[in-house]
Amino acid sequence: MITLRGVTKDFGDFTALAGIDLDVAAGEFVVLVGPSGCGKSTLLDLLAGLAQPTSGRLLLHGKPIDGPGLDRGIVFQQYALLPWRTALGNVEFGLEATGVPRRQRAAQAREFLDLVGLTGFEQRHPHELSGGMRQRVAIARSLAYDPEVLLMDEPFAALDAQTRESLQDELLRIWERTGKTIVFITHSIDEAVYLGQQVAVLTSRPGRVKRSVRIDLGNRQEIRDLRSSPEFARYRHEIWELLHDEVARAQRLEVAR
Amino acid sequence: MTGLEVAERLAHKESAAARQPLPVARWLGGLRRIAFRSAAILGLLAIWEAAPRLGLVDSTFLPPFSEVAVAWWQLLVDGQLLDNTLASLGRSLTGFGLAVAVAVPLGLLIGWYKPVAELLGPLLEVFRNTAALALLPVFVLLLGIGETSKISIVLYACVWPILLNTISAVRTVDPTLLKLARSLDLPPICLFQKVILPAAAPTVFTGVRLAGAVSILVLVAAEMVGAKAGLGYLVNSAQFNFAIPQMYAGIVTISAIGVGFNQLLVALERKFTSWRREQA
Repeated sequence: MITLRGVTKDFGDFTALAGIDLDVAAGEFVVLVGPSGCGKSTLLDLLAGLAQPTSGRLLLHGKPIDGPGLDRGIVFQQYALLPWRTALGNVEFGLEATGVPRRQRAAQAREFLDLVGLTGFEQRHPHELSGGMRQRVAIARSLAYDPEVLLMDEPFAALDAQTRESLQDELLRIWERTGKTIVFITHSIDEAVYLGQQVAVLTSRPGRVKRSVRIDLGNRQEIRDLRSSPEFARYRHEIWELLHDEVARAQRLEVAR
Repeated sequence: MTGLEVAERLAHKESAAARQPLPVARWLGGLRRIAFRSAAILGLLAIWEAAPRLGLVDSTFLPPFSEVAVAWWQLLVDGQLLDNTLASLGRSLTGFGLAVAVAVPLGLLIGWYKPVAELLGPLLEVFRNTAALALLPVFVLLLGIGETSKISIVLYACVWPILLNTISAVRTVDPTLLKLARSLDLPPICLFQKVILPAAAPTVFTGVRLAGAVSILVLVAAEMVGAKAGLGYLVNSAQFNFAIPQMYAGIVTISAIGVGFNQLLVALERKFTSWRREQA
């Protein structure tokens, strides 16, 4: 469904991404994991159509991505909620862009706030909500206008560990219910293994896909503490090995700068 | 729903309940706050009353507050105060209103086009830092001593705080909000109306409030230079005729109008940016 072939992005003489190849199937949950400064966010901008690649092709359903569109929804790390609007108003904001008639908007927005577990918080402003709740609102906003793909840029990075875990479960539940294709960026190995069906490990500067790992943790409902299972540990270690050299290299680059 | 979420929700409900005390308690608290906040002003008035009577200052130059109050009342009764106040307010509000009408749209425009903002930035700084009153002789020279020059100087002085604040308001809109709007493929008019304007409103209002104070400050000075009506004229002519209590009455009126105008603008600001309260 999403195909990336040799995607390269330069900023002047600085190469952020060098020849990214990636395939994402419809309804798949793909996690991109990499050291800081590997161009993860640049890649997401390209997928969102907010920037154009220097060379290479990005295709969505075989058609090149040449600009932003409502077939893709973005969830930002900093939530990007409009502080002057209520939770409901923020979800409606996405619907206004798609031209949903005014009368339907509120009902539709309510439905998606309910999906993310925020019934009863419709009239709260962002500053009256916790970080986790704010991100739920942002997720509801992105889902409400029904994009095919959800692009998530380290959405849980700013949250405390417990809120993060509960939102990860929530996201998996939403993904199973809605069947969206999700491209999720993180620098956390645990998060990548826990969420992804496919985890693409990126190299540090310039960013390249080092290897894609398929994750199969069996039936989630059957295993109580998935994060402590031997399979989880095995995948975690596999990705850790892949990332280890990259992180060390990224640090050297950081020092050299 | 997990146990954690339930806890998160409960904590939220509790904090919301704790924030709203009983109405009677709130009323009493408000009363106490008003008493506390006016204590310093009442203290000043008491010193003003006592100092001349105790001979600490010459009562010819600083009459006790009660005498000033009597003079104020006489000015009010014989209509002088109202006439002069209306003359001043008319000029102030006209100049201030024109400044808002000109500077807000202009500031939005300049702020949005980065190269324009960078080009004009230093020039605007020069104008802002040139005391408006230093230019008063120029205004009088060009526009005479009539209403036009007085309204113009108020307009001129009010434009800069509004313009500079509006420009910086547009330029400091949260970039992730702009990115969000772009990802939603929002048309430019929608972007302006739904994102930039509301995001800029608080900073714009700060500029408007500054301009409100400036409008009265500059006008009074302008009226002292050449005018036949207005509170500045009243103060100046009272001093000239050695009607000292009347002079103080005029000064007190000016500061009361200044405070009142500011309160009005603060209330307006609250109304338009209510979402911002308790955010800090």
